[in-house]
Amino acid sequence: MKPAVLFQNVSRHFGAVRAVDAVDLAVAEGEFFAMLGPSGSGKTTCLRLMAGFEQPTNGHIEIFGETAEGVPPYKRSVNTVFQDYALFPHLNILDNVAYGLMVKGVGREERRKAAEDALAMVKLPGYGARRPGQLSGGQRQRVALARALVNKPKVLLLDEPLGALDLKLREQMQEELKSLQKTLGITFVFVTHDQGEALSMADRIAVFNDGKIQQLGTPEEVYNQPKTRFVADFVGSSNVLPPEFVAGLGASSQFASLRPEAIMLGGSSDGRLTLKGTVLSRSFLGSANRVTVNVNGTKLHVMSPATTAIPPEGDAVTLSFHREDLHLMEAAS
Amino acid sequence: MSAVAQDRSILPSGGSVASRVSDFLWKHPHVLLAILLGPPLLWLGIIYLGSLFALLLQSFFSIDDYSGLINYQFTLATYGQLLNEANLDIIIRTVSMAAIVTLFSIIIAFPIAYYAARYARGKWKAFFYLGVMLPLWSSYLVKIYAWKLILAKEGILTWLVTKLNLLWLLDAWLSLPVIGGNSLSVSYTGTFIVFVYVWLPFMILPIQAALERVPSTLIEASSDLGGTPRQTFRHVLLPLALPGIVAGSIFTFSLTLGDYIIPQIVGSSRLFIGQAVYAQQGTAGNIPLAAAFTVVPIVIMGFYLWAARRMGAFDAL
Repeated sequence: MKPAVLFQNVSRHFGAVRAVDAVDLAVAEGEFFAMLGPSGSGKTTCLRLMAGFEQPTNGHIEIFGETAEGVPPYKRSVNTVFQDYALFPHLNILDNVAYGLMVKGVGREERRKAAEDALAMVKLPGYGARRPGQLSGGQRQRVALARALVNKPKVLLLDEPLGALDLKLREQMQEELKSLQKTLGITFVFVTHDQGEALSMADRIAVFNDGKIQQLGTPEEVYNQPKTRFVADFVGSSNVLPPEFVAGLGASSQFASLRPEAIMLGGSSDGRLTLKGTVLSRSFLGSANRVTVNVNGTKLHVMSPATTAIPPEGDAVTLSFHREDLHLMEAAS
Repeated sequence: MSAVAQDRSILPSGGSVASRVSDFLWKHPHVLLAILLGPPLLWLGIIYLGSLFALLLQSFFSIDDYSGLINYQFTLATYGQLLNEANLDIIIRTVSMAAIVTLFSIIIAFPIAYYAARYARGKWKAFFYLGVMLPLWSSYLVKIYAWKLILAKEGILTWLVTKLNLLWLLDAWLSLPVIGGNSLSVSYTGTFIVFVYVWLPFMILPIQAALERVPSTLIEASSDLGGTPRQTFRHVLLPLALPGIVAGSIFTFSLTLGDYIIPQIVGSSRLFIGQAVYAQQGTAGNIPLAAAFTVVPIVIMGFYLWAARRMGAFDAL
């Protein structure tokens, strides 16, 4: 089966800046694919390359087996949900949603019906007569989604679509997007800087840094087996342990990652490794306490269940974790 | 002393007059607003609108044909005179010229404004502003006389056209009825060229400002949804630029309607509204008719704005 989107050695340079640098990736059909990274990591430029707003400096792009270089956006069967939604302020909601059908020459009655169906799908039935300015951020987000989906794209591109929403709404939209993708079976490519969002929604994640893919895999792989220090740090803010520290634990002298939630406060007798340190600081997060512990000059973050008592700052504390939770990483970056 | 002040969360009310005044204004923002807006509103209300009202009043008087004195009796007779063949001719001539000048200004200004808003950055943006504004800094009269020389039969334009072996084309154009003439400098074509030249900045700047406010993602969204560049222009860019185009055309249209210097220096000897007003209030001493002539552009602009509003030009504001 042809991949929905294929990048072969794709680069996009802006002058001396290598926004995207020799990226290879293949998005499978029907997949929920996330591109995760900090701002300036090249993930949005990759999305724009897929949409056709940017042309690659080097390399080859295919969309469902067809060469995409030199093909303008309006000739691609992909649609984008923009970060700022990009709703047309001079058109009402119905005309916004029907825009794609209108420029393709679909009749007035037919596109009105399709647009109303799309609005119902995103749970905004009857909003057609309003103007974008009269809607809340979350509603505009849904309109942008309906406007893209009404065209029945082969690939839906989402550029940080939930970034401007508040937490509650964001969680709700995450679930809705996920179920929408399942029902429609459309390939979703999703750009985000929020690792939680990527982990909870995506089938596979590409972690970007400095224009390159650091790691590509399922959420479990990326989270549990980070390949590089960057991935370990960025996805789930893992503890990155320096080689000498790791050697002290009896492993080979390499960088290693250790999840904050894999560490337990207090010693144990079931064969776990133990460390001794002092509590530097602690913060209450609701479901858990985040405790920072100084172990021989290395700061370790510990995520401890809220039910566990936390020693006060400055007190000595014993930490323990399973040997297999210590994950050795490649030396590079 | 500062240690004492810092210990208190509320500072003591200042003793100086200035401090008390600012405290008072902070507590009474409406007073501040009244102080700020009062003088300009008085200026606008009394001097500006007042004179306009006086003008309107004048147009309802008439002139005594024998004595030449103004008859202060309410009458619509002066407006009736506007419908004389000669006067109507002046109005139609001026309005047509204003419409054509506006239309061509839009056509010329749009690409320039589009480039400046979308592509020009840094140095090129500065160059754009300089290029557009520079002509406004020099005297209006000097520019018009310069154009008279350029357009004259012995002028540089005729010379250039001759060098390009296109004199036949110019002659053919000048032999056309109405828009032609002995040379460009005494034809309506010449008047038109100078009008467009002089008013162009007033069209470019509002369109540029309007286009500047259109986020580039809207253009991308249109393209993403399948809109060809032509459709994007028609359905997104043009509607969003319309307020700017309307604003610019208010300038070019009303400035052309009221100008009396350009048609006097460049063009045929037939009058435009501005010249008619000048003649009526000056040599003829017919203030009521001059006032009635002046009301014409005001009424036309009123209708123009009403039509623009109906077209939805201000919907995106």
